[in-house]
Amino acid sequence: MKTEINPITDGANMARRSFLRYAGASAAAVAVMGAAASCSKNDRVIVTPGGGADIGSGDPGILNYAYALEQLEAAFYLQVIATPYSGISAIETSYLTDIRDHEVVHRDFFKAALGSKAIAALTPDFSKIDFSSRDKVLGAAKAFEDLGVQAYDGAGYLIKDAGYLTIAGKIVSVEARHAALISNLISPGTFVPADQVNSDGLNKSASIAEVLAQANTYLKTKVSAVNYNYKP
Amino acid sequence: MNLFNIISEIEKVDPEIHERLNPRRAAIKNITSFGSKVAVAAMPFALGTLFKKAYGQATSTVVDVLNFALTLEHLEAGFYNKGATTSGLIPSADSAYIGFVTRDENAHVKFLQGAITASGGTPVGPATFDFTGGNNKGNGPFPTVFSSYATFLAVAQVFEDTGVRAYKGQAPNLIGNQDILTAALSIHAVEARHASAIRKLRHDLGHDANIKPYIVSTASLGNDTGVAAANNNYKGEENVTQGGVNLVSALKVSVGVATASFDEPLSKEDVTALLVGSFIVSN
Repeated sequence: MKTEINPITDGANMARRSFLRYAGASAAAVAVMGAAASCSKNDRVIVTPGGGADIGSGDPGILNYAYALEQLEAAFYLQVIATPYSGISAIETSYLTDIRDHEVVHRDFFKAALGSKAIAALTPDFSKIDFSSRDKVLGAAKAFEDLGVQAYDGAGYLIKDAGYLTIAGKIVSVEARHAALISNLISPGTFVPADQVNSDGLNKSASIAEVLAQANTYLKTKVSAVNYNYKP
Repeated sequence: MNLFNIISEIEKVDPEIHERLNPRRAAIKNITSFGSKVAVAAMPFALGTLFKKAYGQATSTVVDVLNFALTLEHLEAGFYNKGATTSGLIPSADSAYIGFVTRDENAHVKFLQGAITASGGTPVGPATFDFTGGNNKGNGPFPTVFSSYATFLAVAQVFEDTGVRAYKGQAPNLIGNQDILTAALSIHAVEARHASAIRKLRHDLGHDANIKPYIVSTASLGNDTGVAAANNNYKGEENVTQGGVNLVSALKVSVGVATASFDEPLSKEDVTALLVGSFIVSN
């Protein structure tokens, strides 16, 4: 495994190395990932000519997929707090500030953890969202949170390493807490809405292709997943 | 990528790789036909399937995980069913709200029973419960669980947060089983939605002015519920290091933000120790 110094993450490179070593029980899988990197194109991040980004494959691919979604969510809530909608209440400001902080932590965590394997910073496109409208902002927030939950639940089975799967699990339940909160803010008592939770009491899940098709409508930098049958 | 390079690389860190592969005749036999039948482009996928067979979990593990989950869902369903039928406990203004949670927990019981049967296992029945946490003596830390709405919601919150932790802890045992892992993650998300909703209700009713829909720990205490009897249910939530990244020092965020951003898992042993002999009656 090469030990490149990433100019952006700098000291966080050490963190990335620890991250890769995190799952002691799955040392074999991690070692293979490192060894295979030198002979496989598949784990590399592909930067497409149009300025888009491809998540790649393997566990780093799934982590980059999560990183892309967290970048989108963080950018959205940063905007929400920078330009609050008219009539925002103190408790709503408090909740939305908390969520912004959580999404920024998720984004920065993935960037540090992925190190040199991370996709580039994505440029969002929120031109379709009216940030002055409570209904529009909370509606978009619900869409982002529900999408995030469906994405993590739908991609969990693609993760090979137990340590990474646990980390995805640690994040998805926080996204689900956000999703329920936003739904409750829109209309009290809608924390398990019929469009998200089925009659078996299961949250919906979605494929990478389904999720990225949605996410890309809010991104100037288009994200692809050629190894998972998705091109924008 | 070369298949045999991969195997030799694994051998360096897992000397038992050949033992893992060899006894599985069906898996190893496939190796010989790879070159001829599988296109080079499909190799990584085929390889994943091969290793899944070699490292894949036994069916009994899956059934064990599902029965563990079913035990918890019986507990939750039993709790909410009892609450719903206790007159004067749940205010009518909240009966629909709590009713969604009750509905989902009962749906989880049914779903898991079906999944266990379909996996060739036998679903466990409900245990004997003491929702005061008193191991059938009815005098545990929550003696007013069905006479005080505030206590009922406090216990509900602890059950939901603990349920989230329990499912999370089991996910690694389901790696390689797409259907069951996805279903478990989907229930896990719904438990987290419930946890968020119960927490918000407790806040809105003024039962706990500081409670948030997510778990905001301090450096020394995972538990943010103010229910000291539940400290062990939240033990570990104060963790701020994820995958080797210390969020507080590396990302310059507060302990509260760092802990609220990630929920922590609990092992089956920890969950069992928390519930059996208190809420789940042991002889």
